[in-house]
Amino acid sequence: MSEEMVQSSGLRRGYLEERGFRSWAFTHDHKRIGIMYLIATHLFFLVGGLLAVLLRLKLLTPGPALMSSHAYNVLFTMHGAMMIFLFIIPAIPSSLGNFFIPLLIGARDVAFPRLNLYSLWLFLIGIVVTVASLLNPIDTGWTFYTPYSAKSATAVTALSLGLFLVGLSSILTGLNFLVTIHTMRAHGMTWYRMPLFIWGMYATSVIQVLATPVIGMTFVLLVAERLLGVGFFDPAKGGDPLLFQHFFWFYSHPVVYVMILPAMGIISEVIPTFARKPIFGYKAIAYSALAIAFIGFLVWGHHMFVSGMSTTASVIFSFLTFFVAVPTGVKIFNWIATLYRGSISLQSPMIWALTFIFLFIIGGLTGLFLGSLATDVHVTDTYFLVAHFHYTMMGGTVMGLFAGLHYWFPKMTGRMLNERWAFHAWWLIVTGFNVTFFPMFILGMQGMPRRYAEYPAKYQPLNIVATVGSWVLALGILIMFVNFIRSLRHGPAAPDNPWHGLTLEWTIPSPPPVENFEEIPTVTDWPYSYGEKEEPGNEE
Amino acid sequence: MKSEQPKHEGAPVSARLGIWAFLATELLLFGALFTVYAVYRTVYPDLFHQEHLKLNRLLGALNTILLLTSSLSMAVGIAAIRRGRQQVLKIALVLTLLLAAGFLGIKYLEWSEDFSHGLLPKSNLFFGLYFMMTGLHGLHVIFGMLVMAWLLVCANRGQFSADYNTPVEVTGLYWHFVDLVWIYLFPLLYLVG
Amino acid sequence: MPAYRNYVVVWVVLLLLTAVTVGVSFLSLGLWNAAVALGIASLKAVLVALYFMHLRHEVKLVLGFATFPLLILGLIIFGTLTDFLYR
Repeated sequence: MSEEMVQSSGLRRGYLEERGFRSWAFTHDHKRIGIMYLIATHLFFLVGGLLAVLLRLKLLTPGPALMSSHAYNVLFTMHGAMMIFLFIIPAIPSSLGNFFIPLLIGARDVAFPRLNLYSLWLFLIGIVVTVASLLNPIDTGWTFYTPYSAKSATAVTALSLGLFLVGLSSILTGLNFLVTIHTMRAHGMTWYRMPLFIWGMYATSVIQVLATPVIGMTFVLLVAERLLGVGFFDPAKGGDPLLFQHFFWFYSHPVVYVMILPAMGIISEVIPTFARKPIFGYKAIAYSALAIAFIGFLVWGHHMFVSGMSTTASVIFSFLTFFVAVPTGVKIFNWIATLYRGSISLQSPMIWALTFIFLFIIGGLTGLFLGSLATDVHVTDTYFLVAHFHYTMMGGTVMGLFAGLHYWFPKMTGRMLNERWAFHAWWLIVTGFNVTFFPMFILGMQGMPRRYAEYPAKYQPLNIVATVGSWVLALGILIMFVNFIRSLRHGPAAPDNPWHGLTLEWTIPSPPPVENFEEIPTVTDWPYSYGEKEEPGNEE
Repeated sequence: MKSEQPKHEGAPVSARLGIWAFLATELLLFGALFTVYAVYRTVYPDLFHQEHLKLNRLLGALNTILLLTSSLSMAVGIAAIRRGRQQVLKIALVLTLLLAAGFLGIKYLEWSEDFSHGLLPKSNLFFGLYFMMTGLHGLHVIFGMLVMAWLLVCANRGQFSADYNTPVEVTGLYWHFVDLVWIYLFPLLYLVG
Repeated sequence: MPAYRNYVVVWVVLLLLTAVTVGVSFLSLGLWNAAVALGIASLKAVLVALYFMHLRHEVKLVLGFATFPLLILGLIIFGTLTDFLYR
């Protein structure tokens, strides 16, 4: 096939060949469903990012400027709610997870393809309802704490309903993935021959299934409070606002592991591939994913240390919080050990993976200050916290997502990305990110509280620095997205295996055919045997 | 406990895993309400004791009997279709639907009587919980009935057999779960408030 | 119909247990009321799960799916109570 023919037909080969609205709206193909989630979630990434840029504009000056305090409250609420519920939670699992779980385990689709489609529909309906709430935008903060959220004359009810549907979508997706991973692995793919991305997605799905219903019920109770006058969270009726916080964080803490585990799974794929070395400590990484998921359920109270929660509970939660750092640290050591004496190739997926490790270490270490009771009193709800969660969620999950996008773009689209543009986007993003968020650690330690539209003048210089950083970050992200879009049309054709990876998705064409594999492979080896003959777990 | 995979009986393991995973989500959904109950019963034991006496214990017991019997009929229906007895399945589904409707009827009676006495969700924390818990449960009963009605339509078209009865078994598991929730709701609300 | 016999037996036991729990609720046993009520409810639940829901004859994986969530349920109830009980 000539280069030109490939260029013009590249986008319409394989699973992308069939055209028309119905072929997308009613598809059972996990790959198409993954692409639709990808587009929807990244749309909200851009919208949420725009909101952030606006926020930071306001914060250039300490006094009133640019927008009212109410408008500022709306902005940071919508930035948080959109980024968390409509982007970062579904981004990797529903898009890359949907696309690649069947491919990596040698299956033709997920266990319940129709349910997969319905999950997507639920997600889209939830998005519409959530966006509709913008007609009367909420200003409660993305954490919707009572009593204010029960009283705020904004569209809390509509947003709750929208997010309930989005949450239900994620529950059903997680359920689908669990059954898929248990029952649809190719012949010969024992648990210890599974790619680590699958282990990560499995742990993620366990959390999705067990934690999300609690926030679903929390939204229902909040709506009941608003519409029926039920008083579970209302002190005037004998209720307790802290009960809301317990429920909210029972989900919202484990959900940060829903965010990070898939990203860690991606890193576990990218590092060995671009270091041409078997992953170090496969079983440790696999089990640490499960450990993180489980321990993640035990620590939610660390968001409530200064809320009025009992000291006994605070001590217990703080103590348990330290444990979650252990399996996380195990992963980081193992990735670094994989790099050691590897033959490292610094292509775009790899530079993102390395960036992830670096930034996530910072994010993770700063979590220790927050998990530790005494220091938390000083830094909680300050910009220190804001910096911590941006280093973990953006420096971690989002950079891991970028690694996955660059890694798997050729497979999904049949095109290669432009590496030069990718590199320019990369250094702009990394620079912009650090200039934006690192000063916030300092601001927080100096006492600047979060969610304040106006602040004491002494904090202005670092705020200016952070705002300028946000412009650099935004520019870098823009360039990255332009690279994606341009490469879709003009990128050179991608071979089946541009990175010489060993997982199953690289054995099929880019883009894959509808049925994935002509013949389901029989697996005889683990997918990390770069230059190596043996696999672990053989002694089992 | 033996583990067996009979060839002509039972849904495939993926369907069973799927429905149990879904029931896990339902467990946590109701679990949040049970947590609210645990918290406020601990904090307001007298309120709970005093208010729960306003519930009709015998109607609650009757509802328990109706649901338990509906679980029986569902279980019998599944056992029947595993043996290819389509007629028995249809009778079982109709019976389950009638019992479920009876449950909802009694619930309606209870609620309307409560409303007429000025007992509303906002009246106090006990009744807030009572209405939320039985309300959510009732919604699940309604949803179950809708699915069973659809199963009846499919059964009438002869779609189920000894070889294929997955939707029936899966629905049965869901229905038993609905029964399980009531098995706890009944004593917690009616007997030991 | 021997196949259905087990179900009917379980059903009769469930009805009996219901009668007992209602009966006990009319007695004044202080804290034991709750303990007995929850105990009987749990017994009924186990019977429904084992027999009506076929867990008695299920493979281990499904048993795992059915039981692990109970642990998480316990977590939210007791974790939240550590706050409210020790204020």
